[in-house]
Amino acid sequence: MMALSRTTLFGGVLLLAGVIGFALLPGFVGGYGLSMAINFLMFAILATAWAMFSGPSGYVSLATVAFFGIGAYTVAVLGERLPWGAVLLLAAAIAFLVALLVGLSTLRLRGVYFVIFSFGLAELIRQVVNWYESTQAGSVGRYVFLDITQEQIVWQLTAVLALLFIVGWLIERSRVGFALRMIGDDETVALHCGVNITLIKVLVFSLSAAFMALVGAIVAPRWTYLDPSIAFNPNISFQVLIMALLGGARRLYGPLLGVIPMVLLFEYLSTHFPHLFSVLLGVTFLAIVYLVPHGVAGLIEGYVQRYRKRFPGKRGGENAGAKARQGGAL
Amino acid sequence: MAFLDALLNGLTLGGMYALVAMGLTLQYGVARIMNLSYGEFLIAAAFAAFWLFQVQAINPLLALVLVVPVAFGANWLIYQIMLHPLVKRSRDRGELEVNSILATFGLLFVIQGLVLLLFGSNYFSYTYISNVFIIAGSPIAADRLLAVAVAVVLGTALYLLLMRTRPGTALRAVSVDPRAAQLAGIDVRAASAMAFALGGGLVAASGVLVSMFTTFNASMGVVFTMKALIVVIMGGAGHLMGALAAGLILGLVESFVAVYVAPGLTLAATFALFLIVLLIRPTGMMGRAGA
Repeated sequence: MMALSRTTLFGGVLLLAGVIGFALLPGFVGGYGLSMAINFLMFAILATAWAMFSGPSGYVSLATVAFFGIGAYTVAVLGERLPWGAVLLLAAAIAFLVALLVGLSTLRLRGVYFVIFSFGLAELIRQVVNWYESTQAGSVGRYVFLDITQEQIVWQLTAVLALLFIVGWLIERSRVGFALRMIGDDETVALHCGVNITLIKVLVFSLSAAFMALVGAIVAPRWTYLDPSIAFNPNISFQVLIMALLGGARRLYGPLLGVIPMVLLFEYLSTHFPHLFSVLLGVTFLAIVYLVPHGVAGLIEGYVQRYRKRFPGKRGGENAGAKARQGGAL
Repeated sequence: MAFLDALLNGLTLGGMYALVAMGLTLQYGVARIMNLSYGEFLIAAAFAAFWLFQVQAINPLLALVLVVPVAFGANWLIYQIMLHPLVKRSRDRGELEVNSILATFGLLFVIQGLVLLLFGSNYFSYTYISNVFIIAGSPIAADRLLAVAVAVVLGTALYLLLMRTRPGTALRAVSVDPRAAQLAGIDVRAASAMAFALGGGLVAASGVLVSMFTTFNASMGVVFTMKALIVVIMGGAGHLMGALAAGLILGLVESFVAVYVAPGLTLAATFALFLIVLLIRPTGMMGRAGA
């Protein structure tokens, strides 16, 4: 119990430091620094939200960009008509509802069926939006002219990330989080233990979708021009997946450990090797799958575990590393 | 008239989908590898056929004889070197699926990146035969018809191979239960590698055939992977006849939606259909219950 509260306290202090750091950041860095910060925060939220559902449950979702795009399009359509706060709330609400509908019908699909469906869902939404915009609305693209600065985007994203960590932490500790991990280990057992598996899965899935939509909505003003191939770019889903897996999806802070090196790597690759970007991305991905199968978080906890085994009695109890290592594919 | 056009178009399209999916149903049904880089192999073969035709003046049918064995060998090596360690590492089928998805996902980017590097991101096409047949007043391109004919030959050969020969029977046994197949004296690793390589050969063949009548570019592989996956899952993994039926249904639906509803909604129709089949029969039209 002591160790737990100490870790919690440590996490809280770290979170607070991060929030203050990002809140003060615009005063110290220029435009490039800000855009890097936006990239980092954007992927941090997306990957953490992805892992909040997919990590414990084992349902690998490739629909990240579907919800991200829904958020961005909400801003493109309604951004000038409604106050900003209402637009953000609406974006999250729409994504929540879409995820609810999709989840109710597809979360009974297990394993690969779910991966494929979520992969296709983003494409499906993109096609429908594309079709609607070009035949009904008149033009494929839309302009987003909103008076929102880069600094404001950084602040908003920081607030959302902090909120996500608090929500994720609460879920992890709650019965919902426990039920979700149980579903990931063995769905049949969970069912027999009286877990309402559909409710739990759909609830957390929709919640993570709402966060993804918030990110899409907040960063939309950055683009000024928006069309379905930008807002629903499938690469975003893939990058989020890679980052979350590299970091380790079974811990709340795991994805963050993957986001930091990957954002830097993507930035480096796309400026220095634009032609080789795709090849190097693939090689990185393969390296992660083969060399770091449990992510950086699993690696670190494995070391901690070994350290504790060699010097027992310092801090006993939690077998976090072993759990992270043996617990499922993610 | 529009009806007959849509019907013929749908049948040829569906025949191609069925062929494209047959390789994947082998890879997924027998070798248990969910190969997300499947479509990239198709595109790579299409580019190989394009290069052979334009630069070396080798016609696509001859290209088939060159490209397919190369693809077969490459896929055999990929299974033995890259994928077998994953099979060993995974404790159950679900874990292997996730692991193979992740690994082939990396492979997808590598192959796509190489094709992009070699050919750029432009659209390519070439004309091999430009004749058009008229069937009951509806035009149908000769190259399409030829592609479907070759597809039928390949499909029949594969069916006979699986149903009438001993190695084919071994593959089917592994598809039903790898562990029990091992008890019956079947080398599961060799059979899986064979199935994966056969699937790779088939997808290369369909790539060459598709290249005869469509325009393609380096980033189109994902589209074919999606279609193949939908067909395989709809038909039931490992079922050749299921893949054939699902492929034809998919081709017909797309063709009729394009003609009678809106061309922009074909993909939406595909997914709606896919979802309906999955909701009614989660193991596919011909899949075993609880498989």
